[in-house]
Amino acid sequence: MEMELETAFTPWASLTGGVLIGLSAVMVLGLFGRIAGISGITKGFLGTVLPTPGTPRDRDWRLAFLFGLMAAPLALMLVGGTVSQAVPSNLFGMAVAGLLVGLGTALGSGCTSGHGVCGLARLSRRSLAAVVTFMAAGFVTVFVLRHVLGGA
Amino acid sequence: MRIALGFLSGLVFGLGLVISGMSNPAKVLNFLDLAGTWDPSLAFVMGGATVTAFIGYRLVWHRRAPVLETRFDVPTNTRIDRPLILGAALFGTGWGIGGFCPGPAWTALPLLAPGTLVFVPAMLAGLWLGARASSLGILAPKGATQ
Repeated sequence: MEMELETAFTPWASLTGGVLIGLSAVMVLGLFGRIAGISGITKGFLGTVLPTPGTPRDRDWRLAFLFGLMAAPLALMLVGGTVSQAVPSNLFGMAVAGLLVGLGTALGSGCTSGHGVCGLARLSRRSLAAVVTFMAAGFVTVFVLRHVLGGA
Repeated sequence: MRIALGFLSGLVFGLGLVISGMSNPAKVLNFLDLAGTWDPSLAFVMGGATVTAFIGYRLVWHRRAPVLETRFDVPTNTRIDRPLILGAALFGTGWGIGGFCPGPAWTALPLLAPGTLVFVPAMLAGLWLGARASSLGILAPKGATQ
């Protein structure tokens, strides 16, 4: 959005983090027999607070998984690590973004994790189609916001 | 046990997101900015995660059943249909605006940035609306079950 600060290229940290994400996906399949899709897990959480169609019944581990996600940056800071983060400050934009991400992942049955990591690892053509589509939409959106409208 | 292992799985996933930089919207938006301040790091995240899952899944599938459930329950739908493509396009657009996909939004939540505090409730509202729309079959093509 408005911030266009450069970020350092971090191939090793990113590869390491990626391997951890893959490992977690393997844990979820090996332990619970499910796909580690965060949008699906979030839908499971939503089902515990208000009636949501199509939410799965095995909500216990999903809720715990979300707490694990939230605990991660805190755990890292606790052992002296730094968590660098720059979140766009345009709140209207973030509201629109959140709405689109929620709506889109619900309709498209998945996000970067479920279709991206897990779907591609399963060699699912359906997931590949989703990944190509959301990547393309992401590239186009950033191009339009930064280079067409942003005048950068 | 289920709770502890569910938490541990989420913790490993979250650590992966934070260590890889995927939890930082600035890095995500730069990855998507091919024509500007491009940062290719996220290709390494996706590559590392997908290859690890690809190998690990094949090891897991040697088992008859998962450790804590009676059977594997993975998506069987192979149809490339309108809700899939429309949903992915909407999701990608939101991703390009905010730099958050669902996982990183959760890991960012305890850091309490104003943008995150707006994004997460909006995402939950969107998920709920999308789940309603799917269940009503508003966008499903004729004959589709999902």
